[in-house]
Amino acid sequence: MYRYDEFDKEFVSKRVAQFREQVERRVSGELSEDNFKPLRLMNGVYLQLHAYMLRVAVPYGTLSSKQMRKLAHIAKKYDRDYGHFTTRQNIQYNWPKLSDIPDILEELAEVEMHAIQTSGNCIRNVTTDHFAGAAKDEIADPRPYAEILRQWSSIHPEFSFLPRKFKIAVTGAPNDRAAIQFHDIGLEVKKDAAGRIGFAFYVGGGQGRTPMIAKLINEFVPQEDLLSYTEAILRVYNLYGRRDNKYKARIKILVHEAGIDKIREDVAAEFARIKDSVLKLPDEDVTAIEAYFAAPEFKELPNVSTAFEQAKVRDAGFKTWVEQNVTEHAKVGYGIVTISVKKPGDAPGDASSAQMNVMADLGEKYSFDELRISHEQNVVLPHVALDDLEAVYKALVEADLATSNAGLISDMIACPGLDYCALATARSIPVAQSLATKFEDDERQRDIGPLKLKISGCINACGHHHVGHIGILGVDRKGEELYQITLGGSADEQASVGQILGPGFPSDKVDDAIETIVETYLQNRTSKDEAFIDAYRRLGAEPFKQALYG
Amino acid sequence: MTTPLKNTKVITANRLIDGDAVWLGTNGQWLDRVDNALVIESKEQLEAQMVIAMKSDADNYVVEPYDIDVNVESGKVVPTKFREVIRTKGPTVRTDLGKQGDFQAHAA
Ligand code: SF4
Repeated sequence: MYRYDEFDKEFVSKRVAQFREQVERRVSGELSEDNFKPLRLMNGVYLQLHAYMLRVAVPYGTLSSKQMRKLAHIAKKYDRDYGHFTTRQNIQYNWPKLSDIPDILEELAEVEMHAIQTSGNCIRNVTTDHFAGAAKDEIADPRPYAEILRQWSSIHPEFSFLPRKFKIAVTGAPNDRAAIQFHDIGLEVKKDAAGRIGFAFYVGGGQGRTPMIAKLINEFVPQEDLLSYTEAILRVYNLYGRRDNKYKARIKILVHEAGIDKIREDVAAEFARIKDSVLKLPDEDVTAIEAYFAAPEFKELPNVSTAFEQAKVRDAGFKTWVEQNVTEHAKVGYGIVTISVKKPGDAPGDASSAQMNVMADLGEKYSFDELRISHEQNVVLPHVALDDLEAVYKALVEADLATSNAGLISDMIACPGLDYCALATARSIPVAQSLATKFEDDERQRDIGPLKLKISGCINACGHHHVGHIGILGVDRKGEELYQITLGGSADEQASVGQILGPGFPSDKVDDAIETIVETYLQNRTSKDEAFIDAYRRLGAEPFKQALYG
Repeated sequence: MTTPLKNTKVITANRLIDGDAVWLGTNGQWLDRVDNALVIESKEQLEAQMVIAMKSDADNYVVEPYDIDVNVESGKVVPTKFREVIRTKGPTVRTDLGKQGDFQAHAA
């Protein structure tokens, strides 16, 4: 994992001291809210319905056990003993006191963490595949590139006041688990015919009130030009992105209005100018960063573990969990564990400090001290020996973290919604809880198969409803919570935006509506092998509309 | 002569130091609960109370005060908007937290 160098350390601790002073000045009255707000946002501090909210960055979703323990400690000491893992691979605390936040940031700095650039119109935490460095289909680990981008974008003076926030995602595998086509810039690591590493660059994707799939702007940018090409895009955006209307200020609107060909031309011109500048990325620099992400010292293990096979025979619950929550690892004899933070009935993505500590211990003991936060609001142990899976499972059962639903209908993404969020128009957590409980039966949801169900509490779409196979958007209709359903969204390499089916449903009718959609799928699928999204693509919306609205 | 409001109102804000939701009481003090908040019936009263609220903002006690519509139901002040009802209680999905949680803790 990346370790801070002297520069990082000094920068973060100076920033904490600076924010402490800013908080003191705010409390003493030297700074008004108008003066203070941009400063607190730059440090991840929002004011929500009940309290402040602190968003802590988990760079590209990777963290060590020590860091996870620190997150648990902060939840317990300064908050209400839990944290919320977000769709941006971050963690949010819902109840910190403003006066405690400098201390929290100081504690985070002790373990090389911070909340810088988790808000504001700057380049946000770079996200990536939560299976990075472990996935079988990977061309290269995307995290070194995410780290290079993090270093380049941290307090980048030119890009600290962009027209709007800017999100970058990187995938190192052709199977996109990082939703790159729904980011301002999406990068796919590729190799050219000569075997050189480079990137396909996508630009102008996003969700929110105007969902857009990113356009391919350059099929192959060599590794050495990663920063110059990214900077060229940011410059074009910074120059031409609208600042007069916040709803039209994201790069997706610029790309949409100017057209990808024009943007490509402008970027190419800027790129030609800066291509051979200091931004050129020498191989040695990449190698130096890659060293931080070197594969752990895996053992040479047989591809069949008798202990593991026996455990599956003896314990049906374990077998189900393995089938659902363990993904094949690039290294023989290992598996990737998805710890579902989606126990039906609980708030999706919320973990108690005790649970965080258990996950930290498991990461330390069984996964080379590494954990990941996925954008699907789960926690991943990336490198677990098959022989150790049973012990991991048993510990997770004890901690109420062994739900076998990864990738299934009850593994819902849900944003905080109106229960916490000042921007929300409707609640999302209770709807998610009710749906997950409805579909919690293992046999049934496994029969339904892979299905991404996502809910947002407002059009900002933090719950990624646009890219849910089934998406739910909570709106306010004359003081009533109403839920619009979309079908056919997808965040993977076959990116698509879900289409609204028809009029929305009140909260007490959402369960039945989703049940009808699921039943329609079950009745119409060609076989169990045809997943929901494939059936929808074949059938179109009509049969679902018919079933729902007659 | 006063101009009656279409809907009775109270003034609310978040406290600067901890972000807690608060409501303006009868003597310009900020209350942790909506129950005894000053119910405003006229435009003139609203303007006068807003001046008091903005002073607390300027004094750095609260952040960005605003008015909300309320009804008085069996002697209780109840906001008309669900968002504001949630602020008076806490998350509907965690009844141990927020104002409702404080109440439980005190009752226990
Ligand atoms: S989608 Fe809306 S309600 Fe949900 S977290 Fe984002 S801003 Fe808040």
